Amino acid sequence: MCTVVPISLTVGANRIVPAVAIPHPLGNPELPCDEEKLLRRALVEKALKALQTEVEGQTIFE
Amino acid sequence: MTSNGKLRIVHYLNQFFGQIGGEEMAGTTPRVQPGPVGPGLALQQALGNSAEVVATIICGDNYVADNLEQASREILALISEQNADALVAGPAFNAGRYGVACGIVGQAAARELGMPVITGMYVENPGAELYRKDIYIIATEDSARGMKDAVGVMVKLLMKLIRQEKVGSPEEEGYLPRGIRFNSFAEENGAKRAVNMLLAKLKGEPFTTELPMPDFDRVTPNPPLENLSKAKIALVTSGGIVPKGNPDRIESSSASKYGKYSLEGLSDLTSETHETAHGGYDPVYANQDPDRVLPLDVVRDLVKEGVIGELHPYHYATVGNGTSVANAAKYGAAIAADLKAAGVDAVILTST
Repeated sequence: MCTVVPISLTVGANRIVPAVAIPHPLGNPELPCDEEKLLRRALVEKALKALQTEVEGQTIFE
Repeated sequence: MTSNGKLRIVHYLNQFFGQIGGEEMAGTTPRVQPGPVGPGLALQQALGNSAEVVATIICGDNYVADNLEQASREILALISEQNADALVAGPAFNAGRYGVACGIVGQAAARELGMPVITGMYVENPGAELYRKDIYIIATEDSARGMKDAVGVMVKLLMKLIRQEKVGSPEEEGYLPRGIRFNSFAEENGAKRAVNMLLAKLKGEPFTTELPMPDFDRVTPNPPLENLSKAKIALVTSGGIVPKGNPDRIESSSASKYGKYSLEGLSDLTSETHETAHGGYDPVYANQDPDRVLPLDVVRDLVKEGVIGELHPYHYATVGNGTSVANAAKYGAAIAADLKAAGVDAVILTST
């Protein structure tokens, strides 16, 4: 899970989930606490889905 | 040309070298300042009387990294207003986001404005791998200690590009190989050269390949997880999340180690329990709520709800800020061995 996807591609990651921003990849300080946690949960769920998905090569899960 | 007949050079810098501020200013949107700023003074000196740094375009590293395409469009618009003869970006040394910024801005200027472009980076900068095929990137040292040397080499090649003189090989000119091939005549035919290389190799003597193989770090993807509700998941981060006080004293840049920390009894990371050791991004948001980098709170919820089988009781952290690729690979291999020994099925790796 990363913000600068081209860097993850360069280093060879196979399952990539784009994140929110460099200083807070899994959060957004502008949101109220409960909404921020929902955002984080959605991103982690996306990562879990990626882990359960067959991939042939480097794949970005938008 | 300027009114006094000098070439017009535009210089691109990040917020740090552009003297706007540190990580807290990394969100700065693109702006123009007339004349040279910071390293632009050394650039102007190296350019001498034939060219003038007419403007400096400064943009925050996070602004570019978070909005690659939009930021490069905005910066390109500012460059094109300057009626410039060439663009100099950086040098970025081993600063990853800055290197990517110099690369994407340089690529856009070369492609869309058709102007000569030069930048400089340390060979391990991710921007080097991404953009070396598109633009000339002078190989620099890994920190600003190498500024003077870098600027001299950059200017030398830039003047050749502007004057459309023949550019020599990467070794002669000091740029990172772009993968461009030229015909040239050799003394001996290919068969003889190949056999000579083979003989040298067999004897353990040095030889120079004529076709270096690309060094792709590619990994065959692992098969997908079959049963998440039975799986053991681990959390690993290069975002520097460590217990408060940073007990292992992981360095804020060029980390020499990684840490392994117990998550036992924790269901949420807070400013009381954890912090970031990372010196390469504004730490305010991660220190306020470290779950923004290492999502322990939602993973605990998912375990409680039975979505995930269990969470490995430790998390692993290092600081991915100027850390050499060789060291990062070493930490990765050690962490992976530990995870395998603990029967971990899958890892969520977060990076900043």
